[in-house]
Amino acid sequence: MKHSTSYDTTAQRSNRFANTERKRYTPIRVTDTTQQQQPAVSVRDVVRHFGRFAALRGITADFAPGQLYVLLGENGAGKSTLLRVIAGLLAPSRGTVSVLGSQNIRSVATRFGYMGHAPLLYDEMSAVENLEYFAALYGINDRSRCEEAILTVGLDPALQRRVGQYSQGMRQRISLARAIVHGPELLFLDEPFSNVDVRSAKQMTTLLAKMRDAGTTVFVVTHQAAIMEPVADECIVLDAGRLISREKGIPSRLLTPYLAEERAALRNEPKVEVQP
Amino acid sequence: MTSTPTLWAITRRSLVKDLRLEWRSKDAINSMLFFALLVVVIFSFGFDPTAEESRKIAGGLLWVAILFATVVALNQTWTRELRNQVLDAYRLSPALPQALFLAKTVGNFIFVTILEVLMVPLFIVFYNLRSVGPWWQLLVVALLATWALVVNGTFFAALSIRTRSREIMLPLILFPISIPALLAMVDATTSILTGDNSPIFWIRLLAVYDLVFTIVSLLLFEPVLNAE
Amino acid sequence: MKTLFNVLAVFTLLLLGYGFVQAMYIAPTEATMGDVQRIFYYHLPSAWVAFLLFFVNFLASCWYLIRRTQGADALALASAEVGVSFCTIVLITGPIWARPIWGIWWTWDARLTSTLVLWLIYVSYLVLRHYATGGQIPVLAAALGIFGFVDVPIVYMAIRWFRTQHPQPVIGGGQGSGLDPRMWVAVLWNLAAFAMLALMFVWIRYKQARAEYALEEAHAQASLDYETEDAQQ
Repeated sequence: MKHSTSYDTTAQRSNRFANTERKRYTPIRVTDTTQQQQPAVSVRDVVRHFGRFAALRGITADFAPGQLYVLLGENGAGKSTLLRVIAGLLAPSRGTVSVLGSQNIRSVATRFGYMGHAPLLYDEMSAVENLEYFAALYGINDRSRCEEAILTVGLDPALQRRVGQYSQGMRQRISLARAIVHGPELLFLDEPFSNVDVRSAKQMTTLLAKMRDAGTTVFVVTHQAAIMEPVADECIVLDAGRLISREKGIPSRLLTPYLAEERAALRNEPKVEVQP
Repeated sequence: MTSTPTLWAITRRSLVKDLRLEWRSKDAINSMLFFALLVVVIFSFGFDPTAEESRKIAGGLLWVAILFATVVALNQTWTRELRNQVLDAYRLSPALPQALFLAKTVGNFIFVTILEVLMVPLFIVFYNLRSVGPWWQLLVVALLATWALVVNGTFFAALSIRTRSREIMLPLILFPISIPALLAMVDATTSILTGDNSPIFWIRLLAVYDLVFTIVSLLLFEPVLNAE
Repeated sequence: MKTLFNVLAVFTLLLLGYGFVQAMYIAPTEATMGDVQRIFYYHLPSAWVAFLLFFVNFLASCWYLIRRTQGADALALASAEVGVSFCTIVLITGPIWARPIWGIWWTWDARLTSTLVLWLIYVSYLVLRHYATGGQIPVLAAALGIFGFVDVPIVYMAIRWFRTQHPQPVIGGGQGSGLDPRMWVAVLWNLAAFAMLALMFVWIRYKQARAEYALEEAHAQASLDYETEDAQQ
């Protein structure tokens, strides 16, 4: 199979987009008000051990739908582990997880998407080929939806270049496209902005905000709180496997890069609960 | 919007994807082919038989050589899924784990068949082989035997990627369980080549082995896939 | 529980003692092989006990995959280990018997070969159990245990057919045919004794495995409450 890598100039690219009708991606709009009452994600006393190390030490929380949650914390605090447990990739050692009203994550598999720290893509295939395969796993055999998703993250679906040759920013965006191609109402993102250029990061953030406005529930685990600050509804701070605090938006003290002093200050404060 | 994907649709998709990836990267097939060639040559140095003797031992040598080449290939197919943690994407989707298993097994079957297409003529040439029995029987044995190796091999390869010492773990757990199948394929091949005995019992045994272990693998694949 | 264990242990010792007496003194001397044949009274019961233990492993593995209970996993491990031990006894007593009679240590006798393959399968199970690292070894081992046991009838069929095609001297004189009834008595007494011995060993090993799990859980519980500045140990 012959591959042509299309190295277009910027001018050619914008011309092509100017001529085509740019389809807008419309995620599911959650209009059913009864669903608004039920939390999108609910965790009860979740504990997770790796051998003798306790990564999660009893997390209990409810997350209302239609919000953009940002999970913050130091390395090893358990953010990625919590996300993986909620998404069903890891079984909790103790406790229960309920996603979209169901304790069996497999039954709601079509309704949520996950973007991992690793790209979750095949390096030797192009973006469209990757998306077509993963869309097929969800029962979507429509190539145009894959192209739509790629357009939505701001990339060119006609690009035949293998994903392995993409820049990190492009790769993360395609990974996001893969996570949203089936139109989920719940989205988990694990470190989506690691090693990503500012433009790509801003673009992804805008898209996430748009999805949240349309009713999607979004969870983002990140170290870079500053990127999410304009769009975050609530921030959840984890430390050493425990949920330390939940606050509206991202307060400025959490935006500083060195969280250690803040964490010490937080420990002396009482837990701040967000009233729904 | 999204229709529930059927088992066959996912299997077909995954198989096509694997073949496409293999075609583009060629990492497994090239190393396997060269390894297979090396094995055949080394065995020829090790065993230097007359024409009559060679018919008696060629069956054993051939299948042992194919077994070793297969083990090298089996790890490769799952390693690809671990790169970039792509396996997670499959686990998160509503697609059945059994479809993934079938796709991998059929893909491995194709690869090992390509290996056999290379190795068998070499064996015939190096050992001056000539079969007393009908060649179509050899084909039946080859098909059943290859499936026997590949179905358990794919399952145990998936199992061993969940352990840390995966390269050595696969042959350690695969070989003992494959012994009856190995015995069957070797003896069937020898029976056909020498014309001494009837291979029917061995062919039946291989068929039973294939059926039983395909079912068991399909039933047990899901906990192994999700063992993290 | 402890008193029951002690009572059964004493009972086992008594059985073993009586079995010894049966095997060595009461059972008649075999016509062709002489007193060497008496090892048969340990060879055969060991084989049956090993097989029984592997069946227990199969059941425990199935149960573990369905219910994921710690007890099932501990039982699977214990029965596999004790089963391999008894299997080893079969493989050692076989050659010890064969050597004086036929002058060779090993023949590819159907039953002995099948036992060897069985031994290989369950040793590979133990290798996976003990030397593989990763969080979900019990699940993987349970899958392997099921595969192994499903393979056993196929192994026996294959090797038996192989032996009818390529006959060799048979250790044990055929399928127990031509055994004097008094010999059968000795076999059964020793079978009972070995079965009790296996039960005792599995009991001890099971308790030990459960204790190991409890220790891990205690550590895990401790790490849950561990509160320091740097809790990432």
